[in-house]
Amino acid sequence: MSEPVIDAASRPAIERGFRLQWEAAQNAHVLLYPEGMIKLNGSAGEILKRCDGVTTIADITADLERAFAAANLFEDVIRFISMAVEKRWLQIHT
Amino acid sequence: MAANPHVKASAAATSVPKPGPPLWLLLELTYRCPLHCAFCYNPTDFANTVEELDTEDWLRVLREARALGAVQLGLSGGEPLSRDDLEIIVAEAHQLGFYINLITSGVGLNDARLHALKRAGLDHIQLSFQDSTRQMNDFLSSTRTFELKSAVAALIKRYDYPMVLNVVLHRLNIDHVEEILEMALRLGADYVELANTQYYGWAWHNREQLLPSRAQLHRAEQVMQRFRKRAGLRMQIYFVVPDYFERRPKPCMNGLGSIFLTIAPDGTALPCHAARMLPGLEFPNVRTAGVEEIWYRSSSFNHFRGDAWMKEPCRSCPEKGRDFGGCRCQAYLLTGDAANADPVCDLSPHHHLVTAAVARADLPADARVCGPGEKPLVFRSARNSSTLHPKR
Repeated sequence: MSEPVIDAASRPAIERGFRLQWEAAQNAHVLLYPEGMIKLNGSAGEILKRCDGVTTIADITADLERAFAAANLFEDVIRFISMAVEKRWLQIHT
Repeated sequence: MAANPHVKASAAATSVPKPGPPLWLLLELTYRCPLHCAFCYNPTDFANTVEELDTEDWLRVLREARALGAVQLGLSGGEPLSRDDLEIIVAEAHQLGFYINLITSGVGLNDARLHALKRAGLDHIQLSFQDSTRQMNDFLSSTRTFELKSAVAALIKRYDYPMVLNVVLHRLNIDHVEEILEMALRLGADYVELANTQYYGWAWHNREQLLPSRAQLHRAEQVMQRFRKRAGLRMQIYFVVPDYFERRPKPCMNGLGSIFLTIAPDGTALPCHAARMLPGLEFPNVRTAGVEEIWYRSSSFNHFRGDAWMKEPCRSCPEKGRDFGGCRCQAYLLTGDAANADPVCDLSPHHHLVTAAVARADLPADARVCGPGEKPLVFRSARNSSTLHPKR
């Protein structure tokens, strides 16, 4: 199995068996998986909650730039998503 | 079906403990189990636990724990499928926002139940296998379940769950690691946890029969490494090293009372599923106390928080914030004092107890079986439980 190519047209989704949710008790998004939990920082949570398997990385980036009145986020977004795919938090839909 | 706590949470040991919430809740819904595994971590006196909590009690525990911030939920036992209200418990837990992991032997899981559990919101299933062959699986669990488990594995895939296999390793099956991994690959497993036996409950009783030799362990690790390369991303393999072969103890439960809360079938609240054995502690029961009171204010949950309870060499050890002195139950079982260092640690004055057990495991078979200490493997069953622990 080869590694998926991750580019602007890729559609990332939360990996099967993982669940992203907001935890009020921790004031953070967390990623839940069997016997574990990753507490996410603000930007990681904002990226992951947009990974629905339908939206492309280009559109996720555009949405983040709109929401946070920022520019040039693409490199940061794709770096984080690549890391998350490597850690198996995300899978790529093509 | 040992659940291994790897919840990542920062925990610094200080002399003034300030516990966070019980992030991980494990409900041992029942001690009833169709299997009779000789390595089960359930207490050997489980037959004395008769009265299980009813549905309403379990739902109340879920609500109270979730309100404190609990988010990981393990449903275990015994065999949790033995409870016919499992679907109700799962539905409530899902509605509350728990991530729900069913830890099961698969016995009792059919299409109708899995359909209902999926609809109720079950997130994840961990299926235990005893070995790769029917004979060994059935011998080790003292049942005929191998083919049934294979069918359940297929069912789990059909309902689009990740296929997660847990195989408890020990002296009698560790030489089959290659066959076990081949079987897992054939079944389409996504994850395989090769969990070396931890010696509590029935496994402690059977330790002499179950502890592998160093050579066995070494071979198994080599096989596993080769297989990892071959399977690549297709199947992830976790190998839980048996702590008897280590020189530092595991950070058991991240320290008792730090993140982990177990409720036993009769409602006893425990900081670890084996902790009931620890002497001198009165563990509270959810029938008579709320989860918040239990977690934050009961003396038994506060007892092993921080490091005031520690003895030397732990108390002055620079590593105490990393491993919390290891496992209290192991310290008690091996040394008779739960406040001692876990003797797995080579700084412990009792470390020789561990190395002696390993040295016996290294003896050739003929040297081991001739001694007067030879004991038969005792399978986990209500009858054996009652024999070992006659009711007073």
